[in-house]
Amino acid sequence: MSLLLDQIRKGYPQPDGSRIEVLDVPHFEMQRGEQVVLVGSSGGGKTTLLNVISGITSPDSGTVKIDDYDLTTMPEVKRDRFRAQRIGFVFQTFNLLPAFTALENVVLGMSFAGGGSDRKRAVELLNSVGLGHRLGNRPGQLSVGEQQRVAIARSLANQPSLLLADEPTANVDVKNQDNILKLIREACNERNVSLLMVTHAPEVAEQFDRVVRLEEVNRVAAEAVQ
Amino acid sequence: MNVFQIAFRSIRQRFVPSALTGLSVALGVMLMVAVLVTYSVVSNAFQQRSIDYDLVVGKQGGEYQLVLSTIYRLETPPAPIPFRYYQVLKNRPSLFYEGVPAPEAAVPIVMGDTTQEGNFPIVGTTHEYFTNNYAPERSFKLKGTGFTDSFDAIIGSQVAEQNGWDIGSTFQILHGGVNAHIHEEKFTVVGVLQRTGTANDRTAFVQLSGFYSIADHNDTTLVEAKRREQEFFGSDYDRIVAESEKFPDTDVSGSAIPTARKAVTAILVKYPRKMLTVPSTLSGIMKKGHRAQAVNPNSVMRQLMNLIVGNVAMAIVVMTVLVIIVSGIGIFVSIYNSMSDRRREIGIMRALGAQRQTVFSIIMAESILLCFGGGLIGVLFGHGLVFLGAPIVEAKTGLAVDPLTFHTAEFYLLPALLLLASLVGFVPALTAYRTDVSRALVE
Repeated sequence: MSLLLDQIRKGYPQPDGSRIEVLDVPHFEMQRGEQVVLVGSSGGGKTTLLNVISGITSPDSGTVKIDDYDLTTMPEVKRDRFRAQRIGFVFQTFNLLPAFTALENVVLGMSFAGGGSDRKRAVELLNSVGLGHRLGNRPGQLSVGEQQRVAIARSLANQPSLLLADEPTANVDVKNQDNILKLIREACNERNVSLLMVTHAPEVAEQFDRVVRLEEVNRVAAEAVQ
Repeated sequence: MNVFQIAFRSIRQRFVPSALTGLSVALGVMLMVAVLVTYSVVSNAFQQRSIDYDLVVGKQGGEYQLVLSTIYRLETPPAPIPFRYYQVLKNRPSLFYEGVPAPEAAVPIVMGDTTQEGNFPIVGTTHEYFTNNYAPERSFKLKGTGFTDSFDAIIGSQVAEQNGWDIGSTFQILHGGVNAHIHEEKFTVVGVLQRTGTANDRTAFVQLSGFYSIADHNDTTLVEAKRREQEFFGSDYDRIVAESEKFPDTDVSGSAIPTARKAVTAILVKYPRKMLTVPSTLSGIMKKGHRAQAVNPNSVMRQLMNLIVGNVAMAIVVMTVLVIIVSGIGIFVSIYNSMSDRRREIGIMRALGAQRQTVFSIIMAESILLCFGGGLIGVLFGHGLVFLGAPIVEAKTGLAVDPLTFHTAEFYLLPALLLLASLVGFVPALTAYRTDVSRALVE
């Protein structure tokens, strides 16, 4: 099993002393290599869910397991290292670091995993997303589509077992949307990486075999819809 | 990719503000290094045994004036003392001071005039000045000959260079003071000294007898000259005159000028090493009398350095330390202000797996790079400034300032900057450490 969420609850205290619940996920799981699309409206807790899965945010209760490792019991330092090594991230706004070139952005991701910087592999990854000729360009010198492809290469730099993609096609034009989607899915297929993608777009969701509505997973979101 | 490489790219990304903050450190360090190096050179020149004489003897009065004018030629010379006093001190000092032996060397110095061209000080002396070392174990190297004729001159390297003079050149000298005028007599350069890095480089030496032979230097009547001598020697006058007539004439003679009309500004005295205590004994005895004073030039300069120059240098160093601290605060403000813009970058790094300690270290590394980089540039600029200023200092004071001279404080400067960087980088680094990743990513 690649991902298991069990009895996850997450809420935030409010200034008036009350508490707002964001997540109540009784159970969710994904198999190794599976590609799942998560569909839901804004404010449904998608980002919080991705943060909990990646270990950026700790749940108030429950268990998050990736490759049978329990993130919720790991100390923060180990969790950070685990995230660098096993989880890839593709953000809606790409989140490339502007001071670094395309190649350096990919290498940087490797540095945090503790395994050193394999520049050769970083070049291969950028070649595989069609950016072999843009290695030395900084994000500001790349088109929107190119930036997202750098982000995809970076997410795969440490050979993760799980890729989390938060609306990766939302900021690219229609022409690039399909390319990006195809690129992510093929890269995950080739490397047997599990993919959990969040999207608003029905045309994106319909390409996946397994489509999960957020309300099916998160009771808080379901209550909000009712 | 290590934290310094990451920090460097961050600095490069914010090049202008980073360069300005680094430059502020560099300027502070530059000033500090320039002050330290100059102080070090000046201190070495004045404090160490930079001259090879034990005593400078002259008219009683200011010790600093006597040393600064005789050795460094930076002051107006004190009033002269009779030439006869020099004769006695050289040949039989026991005539004045009981039990004091004759020195190894006693060199007369007469000052007051300058060259017409370039305004270099004129020193009237004997050839003995050049046969003695100008500093311990450093002897004069002379191109040409020594003094033979009364109107012979030997010039320092800077005089030769600046005035374009060489052997055979002739020059006239300018009488200073209220009745400033040019003496008619012409002196001929017979020797050029090699560079010594001392005041000798910017001095024109003339034969003592030539100096006395200048018509305007002999305008005192013999009666008046004798009255002055008598006033100086007091009741011993007749005995001293009688005794001094027995001394062999020195190489300053040859002129028909009566001894009473001759005077010297100072006498440089050296005793053999085995007579280690004699100079201080002589100096002590002289203090009790009223005729002249004998001062140890090295100890006088040491006092001067400690009293004035040392304090001034310390004040400047304190000010430059404050400048560097202000620059450090500038770095703090610069990095701290950039933190709000960089929260998202830090969030991204953390999302990619960077640990809290890593982002903390990146900010600290940035502070260190700015402080250290600025400091290194400052050290280079500081020595560069000394390099640019050295010819001016040398022209004004005769001190050779080597831009590659290092002050020991410079070796503490970079570790101090490291400490400063750690202090000013700590708070921004802590802010990075505490960054809430989930919030930073949605900003």
